[in-house]
Amino acid sequence: MSETHAGTHAALMEASPFGIQSKKLAMWLFIASDAVTFGAVLFGYSFLRVGSLDWSYPFKFSPSIINAFIMTVILLTSSLTMLAGVFAAKAGNKARCLAWMGVTMLLGAIFAILHLREWFHMFDEGWGLFKNPLGGSADFGAGFFGITGLHLTHVVSGVIALAVVALGYNSGRLDKNHVETTSLYWHFVDFVWMFVFPIVYLMNAAR
Amino acid sequence: MNDTQAAVHHHVAPQGFIRKYVFSLDHKVIGLQYYGLALLAVFIGMVLSWLMRLHLGWASLPIPGLHFLSANGAPGNIMTPEYYLSLMTMHGTIMVFFVLTNAPFAGFGNYFLPIQVGAADMAFPRFNMMSFWVTFTAFIVFMLAFFVGDGPPLAGWTAYTPLSSVGGTSGPGEATGQTLWAISIALFCVGQLLGSLNFITTTLDLRTKGMTLARMPLSTWAWFVTACIGLLAFADLLPACILLILDRAFGTSFFNPAGMVVSDQLLKYSGGSPLLWQHLFWFFGHPEVYIAIIPGFGIVSHILCANTRKPLLGGTRVMIGCIIALGFLSYMVWGHHMFVSGLNPFSALLFSVPTLIITIPSTVAVLMWVGSVYGAKLRFNTASLFCLGFISVFISGGISGFFLAQPSTDIFLHATYFVVAHFHFVMAVAAIFGIFAATYFWMPKMIGRMMNETLGKWHFWLTFIGVYCIFMPMHYLGLAANVRRYSAFTDDFLIPLIPVHKFITIAALLTGAAQLIFLWNLFYARFWGPKAPDNPWEATSLEWSTPSSPPPFDNFGGKQIEVFHDAYQYGGAGAKDYVMQTDPASVPAD
Amino acid sequence: MGGKAFAVVLTIITLLSAYFIVAHTWWLPADISTTGPAIDRQMDETMWEAGILFLAGQLVLALFCWQYGDKPGSKIKHWPGGPKPVVAFGIIIVGLEVVALSLLGSKAWGAIYMTPAASDAIHVDVQAEQFAFFFRYAGPDGKFGAVHPELINDASGNYFGLDPRNDEAARDDIVVGSLTIPVNKPILLTLHSKDMIHDFFVPELRIQQDIVPGLEIPVHFTATKTGRWEIVCTQLCGLGHYQMKAYLQVLPQDQFDEWLKQQSGD
Repeated sequence: MSETHAGTHAALMEASPFGIQSKKLAMWLFIASDAVTFGAVLFGYSFLRVGSLDWSYPFKFSPSIINAFIMTVILLTSSLTMLAGVFAAKAGNKARCLAWMGVTMLLGAIFAILHLREWFHMFDEGWGLFKNPLGGSADFGAGFFGITGLHLTHVVSGVIALAVVALGYNSGRLDKNHVETTSLYWHFVDFVWMFVFPIVYLMNAAR
Repeated sequence: MNDTQAAVHHHVAPQGFIRKYVFSLDHKVIGLQYYGLALLAVFIGMVLSWLMRLHLGWASLPIPGLHFLSANGAPGNIMTPEYYLSLMTMHGTIMVFFVLTNAPFAGFGNYFLPIQVGAADMAFPRFNMMSFWVTFTAFIVFMLAFFVGDGPPLAGWTAYTPLSSVGGTSGPGEATGQTLWAISIALFCVGQLLGSLNFITTTLDLRTKGMTLARMPLSTWAWFVTACIGLLAFADLLPACILLILDRAFGTSFFNPAGMVVSDQLLKYSGGSPLLWQHLFWFFGHPEVYIAIIPGFGIVSHILCANTRKPLLGGTRVMIGCIIALGFLSYMVWGHHMFVSGLNPFSALLFSVPTLIITIPSTVAVLMWVGSVYGAKLRFNTASLFCLGFISVFISGGISGFFLAQPSTDIFLHATYFVVAHFHFVMAVAAIFGIFAATYFWMPKMIGRMMNETLGKWHFWLTFIGVYCIFMPMHYLGLAANVRRYSAFTDDFLIPLIPVHKFITIAALLTGAAQLIFLWNLFYARFWGPKAPDNPWEATSLEWSTPSSPPPFDNFGGKQIEVFHDAYQYGGAGAKDYVMQTDPASVPAD
Repeated sequence: MGGKAFAVVLTIITLLSAYFIVAHTWWLPADISTTGPAIDRQMDETMWEAGILFLAGQLVLALFCWQYGDKPGSKIKHWPGGPKPVVAFGIIIVGLEVVALSLLGSKAWGAIYMTPAASDAIHVDVQAEQFAFFFRYAGPDGKFGAVHPELINDASGNYFGLDPRNDEAARDDIVVGSLTIPVNKPILLTLHSKDMIHDFFVPELRIQQDIVPGLEIPVHFTATKTGRWEIVCTQLCGLGHYQMKAYLQVLPQDQFDEWLKQQSGD
């Protein structure tokens, strides 16, 4: 939309070059920045792992890899349900959107619970931020709990954000654009997991 | 309002002292708050540097009152070596973060970016307010480090590990002080991220009718590119600080290798890498120095044109191209801080290539400025003098970069005063000159009163001569292999250089004193300065079209602004040699 | 008025600054190594180019400020030819300079860092710690004993954590506080740190290398003059950083052999 285009109302401002709402642009910018944060942490983990002489490979196929795979499926599904919610919102169907958002939040919560269950199982086995019961690198725990902890924080805050937005959307205080903007964050959290799963789980599968 | 329009703000004037001046949503108030914080920070940072310089010139000199600041650090008012290092750490940190990232970007950018694009406020006023108060909290946490436990950290603003990551055993100040430092910087990152979001969204979404991206003033472009750089750079420093805190307080070994024996104790860390910290830090650190200088590029270009009465050579396009190239390349060069750090030597050759290439946009920018002075009708006021001074000191500082960009010459010059000279010229001097130019130029708009030109000129001349006296000799010291971050010079080859240090110290104290002229000028102008006309510099950009100085709370008094040209329609032989951006008339013929 | 004053002051500053460089008032110490001359040549090359750019930039700026003040009757002039030739000049000239410096300098760098040490280099093990350097020679058996961090004890002088009781190779290792070497012989240092990052810098050798805990970093050189010089730490390592140093003693070959025999006898 150029400045010379005569619309049904006089253009008061220049069009945004990306043609999206400011709040959505801001969410994309935040995602770019958060991607760098995750990138830095994944880089650090890789750097230490490559330089390590005694790395550990503790994740047996059952239960660890299976559990992580299930978590992956749950998170991917939650992105689909979130997408369905956004479609419903765009079609004007508030009730259906809220239902899909509810399913998304539930899936996110299940992911978090499975994740914490895995963590506590590892604590029981003797793993910690700097403890390695297999006698290998102390950085395994630091890397594993650091990265998955950062990701889990994003999942939990995402579930909370979805709840807040759902309540606001329900009461009419927020609209479908808020739902879509929040969904971007949710998809990003899922996207990051697609890096965490192979780098932190699959590459540390027991050999 | 359709989906593609930015949110329209309905502006209601704020009521009450707290809403107007403390937790204000008004970008102008927030800009002044950032500026005020930077002003406080720069004076603290400067006093720290005076203490450092006194010690370097006269190591056993008692400095009256110093033991009040730190009983441990200065018994009998004589600075201990560790306290020197602590002061150096706090000096570097406060200057790089709380001055050079705050004033040119968050301060002036917050105040003028919305106005220069014709908006009534930033896109997210509440984020904006939060970003300032988070930064302010970071400052408080930072200052606390002076007064806790065994004092402020001593690992330098670069906080290399393991010196900074093993806690109190590595030295005084490395316990609580270093942790407070890490928390403060982490908070600072969050504040900057919020700010960057705002700047970018406002620039893209809130430009008024006719303000295409190409017509934005160079200052706005510079703030925009700086925000883009900062969005990604601070996102890298934040996790680095968190990992540092994890190593220090939670026993992890991200940065601590096995086998460290400190104070005869074998530490339990293992598997970590000190080089990892350097990678994470400098991947932020190099873009950070461009964050510090790029606003100056834009501001100086903008103010220079108003005082040469002609557009920049190459127009806005070439300078914008230089700024964008600098921003982009700044992410590729971080390894030049690590040539002798233990990295694979081949990587040094790799990093030196983009480092040398980055001199190209810098050189082109300098050529555009100098070429713009050719054939100008130069007006010499304090603001324009600081712009010309900026060009001079940027040339000086940039040229020393040639030596440091090459690994072969860096072998000798690394960690000497040559490096100190280089970064002080480009950051401490050039960036500060940009802040001064901006202050003298924009203060009439911000407070509605003119600053005193005579005082301003005294300030300029004493400062310009003073900074060359301080920092030019540091190049010579570096060539003579004077090692940096030494609290005293006891080596055979360093003792003959002490007279040069004494000269530098005296120059630093005198130049520092000259800054009091600036402070007095600010204070005097605020209360007793003559009322400023609406457009004292006969400039063309939108800030000079506001109905009052300072502008009303919604910048343009509710008026719809339309823009017809870029901000550099200067020139022409007639009495009025400029055309405002809001004036549809065309540029007068030369 | 301001313009002419600025031009004059800037010119004086520029010429004074250049004077001290040209006069070598404070300058690099004389080089005593085989790889140093290449670095010094690179330094000179760079100094010429930097010097020309510095003088040109500052003096042209001064000249324009002198000439183009806002006087009554003065007219705006634009740079003849417009920006394109200037931008091209900037890109081409700086681009050429960059290429030249990179190509020339890579040899000087590679000679030190990307060339292996001579096979007959004398091997010295260097340990940096807060706030001293220690040097270890292999002794008559030509083998270095293993290092055990848990055995390090400064108080008893076991700086390297050797275990002479159980480790035969460690028994004859020579540990001293200065680096004594013969002239004109290749020397290979293995640098390691017991605590913080330190740095090994001998300005006259044109050698500077960070010493990083957890890494073993090799550095090699050949000294070409006898005499005594300082080794200083240049990486901030704590409160004693400013006085962390050792001496490099370069002896004629026969005196070095004598010294080594004496040390082994102890």
